[in-house]
Amino acid sequence: MELFTYERAHNPEAAVIAGAPSRAKFLGGGTNLVDLMREGIERPSALVDVTGLSQTIVETAEGGLLIGAAASNAAVAEHRLVRNRYPALSRAILAGASAQIRNMATVGGNILQRTRCRYFYDVNGARCNKRDPGQGCDAIGGFNRYHAVLGTSSHCIATHPSDMCIPLVAFDAIVHLAANGGSRSIKLAELHRDPGDTPQIETALDPGELITAIELPPLALARRSAYRKVRDRASYAFALISVAAALHVDDNRVTDVRLALGGVAHKPWRALIAERALVGQPATYDTFLAAARAELRAAQTQRDNAFKPELAARTIAAVLRTLAEEQA
Amino acid sequence: MPIIINGHDVAAPADPRVSLLDLLRERLDLTGTKKGCNQGACGACTVLIDGQRKLSCLSLAVQCDGHDITTIEAISEVDSLHPLQAAFIETDGFQCGYCTPGQIMSGIALRGEMQRGAPSHVTPRLEDVPEASNEEIRERMSGNICRCGANNGIIEAISSYVRGTL
Ligand SMILES: Cc1cc2nc3c(=O)[nH]c(=O)nc-3n(C[C@H](O)[C@H](O)[C@H](O)COP(=O)(O)OP(=O)(O)OC[C@H]3O[C@@H](n4cnc5c(N)ncnc54)[C@H](O)[C@@H]3O)c2cc1C
Ligand code: SF4
Ligand code: FES
Ligand code: FES
Repeated sequence: MELFTYERAHNPEAAVIAGAPSRAKFLGGGTNLVDLMREGIERPSALVDVTGLSQTIVETAEGGLLIGAAASNAAVAEHRLVRNRYPALSRAILAGASAQIRNMATVGGNILQRTRCRYFYDVNGARCNKRDPGQGCDAIGGFNRYHAVLGTSSHCIATHPSDMCIPLVAFDAIVHLAANGGSRSIKLAELHRDPGDTPQIETALDPGELITAIELPPLALARRSAYRKVRDRASYAFALISVAAALHVDDNRVTDVRLALGGVAHKPWRALIAERALVGQPATYDTFLAAARAELRAAQTQRDNAFKPELAARTIAAVLRTLAEEQA
Repeated sequence: MPIIINGHDVAAPADPRVSLLDLLRERLDLTGTKKGCNQGACGACTVLIDGQRKLSCLSLAVQCDGHDITTIEAISEVDSLHPLQAAFIETDGFQCGYCTPGQIMSGIALRGEMQRGAPSHVTPRLEDVPEASNEEIRERMSGNICRCGANNGIIEAISSYVRGTL
């Protein structure tokens, strides 16, 4: 690991000043960054520890929730208001990593964690456009069971590995940002990007921009929400695919629905095609499956992940069926 | 501010690259905490930081300045056993013993998490107080890998400790 300086930020203003130099990085729980530094993939010259910034989880005036970026993943999952009002968020966090990692990981760090593509990690043995732009991508044609099928490019087929972000995009979460020049807010759905021909650029954040909080808008629908994760072992594994869903059924028809997918794209994937296809339709397994397949129609599969579109479609349909049955 | 390790003040290392795990093992001779993968995947390095189970391999020692660290060396007095240590012996909860300190630190924190009603991935209803079933304990211990496969004894020991039926 290369030498770096370490300092703690006591407020967002101090954090963005300390984080402004081009090779400075914010440090959350360190569960991703410290690992990547050890591998030589990240080489910051300065770490600005932001775990001392806001960890509070409070109700907003509109009846949503404001969650400080330094709140631990465990604290969010366990919070009474999250469990009651946004259960899919609790479920998604609890389906990820381990108890120890959830205690360490912060909300800000979870959103900005990097891909687990094994070629990205293999500094000396593999070509990777994300790590070294222009090198090529050894995942294409290589081991790509865990790779993306939606929004991919010929430059990169990596996935964003977060579980937490999947219900957050389904619920239209907003990310509050601060920088030296001032603060702004963007939708989480607009934070991550498709790889295109610049997979090294993963987000819409400006250099040195700090996540200060995420905000969940009030959403009655989210009280009936669920998260299902399909993986190679029952615990402590990343998603092959995952689904966050919320559904409202009235008189056997879908009146409102939210859907997002994990494990399929370079970003948390909001399934807007399926959502639009479902509203007003009969709440049956067949319409659920047809809408889900419409979402996956654009999928481009690789050598090892041809199973993903159908697995994702059936998982969406199964989760929606369960949610519909609970309202019958 | 010092790091408080098992009740003693320890100065944070000058080199910020030193992990808490290396500080414990290489500089303080607290070798009870084990290094398995050094990348967050095995749980052998689990310690309590301010009472919460965390991985010392992914914690920078400088980040722990001002925080309270408890390692396996401090859970019982010399010549006596913590109830969970006794339970591991009772149930044959280890073979080589390499994962054991991490398992025990994790199990101690797990009991606190269950007592305050924290849900897990397998808790049927998020609003319910979780029961100390084997399924719950297995899920909650999935961050501690045992290469020897002593899992049944481990789960049995921790279940009895959590249920208070030792
Ligand atoms: C063995 C293992 C298994 C895992 N399994 C899963 C899983 O199943 N599902 C899952 O979703 N995740 C999983 N994870 C990943 C884990 O969720 C992430 O590592 C964690 O959420 C990152 O949070 P952190 O606070 O530790 O981030 P850090 O490692 O501290 O930082 C990550 C990135 O975020 C940036 N950053 C941090 N905070 C801010 C901020 N406030 N503003 C701007 N930038 C910031 C950092 O500069 C860095 O680039 C696993 C990790 C490990 C090690
Ligand atoms: S899929 Fe993306 S991250 Fe993986 S090797 Fe290819 S370019 Fe790198
Ligand atoms: S040594 Fe820390 S998790 Fe394996
Ligand atoms: S007892 Fe050997 S690794 Fe668990």
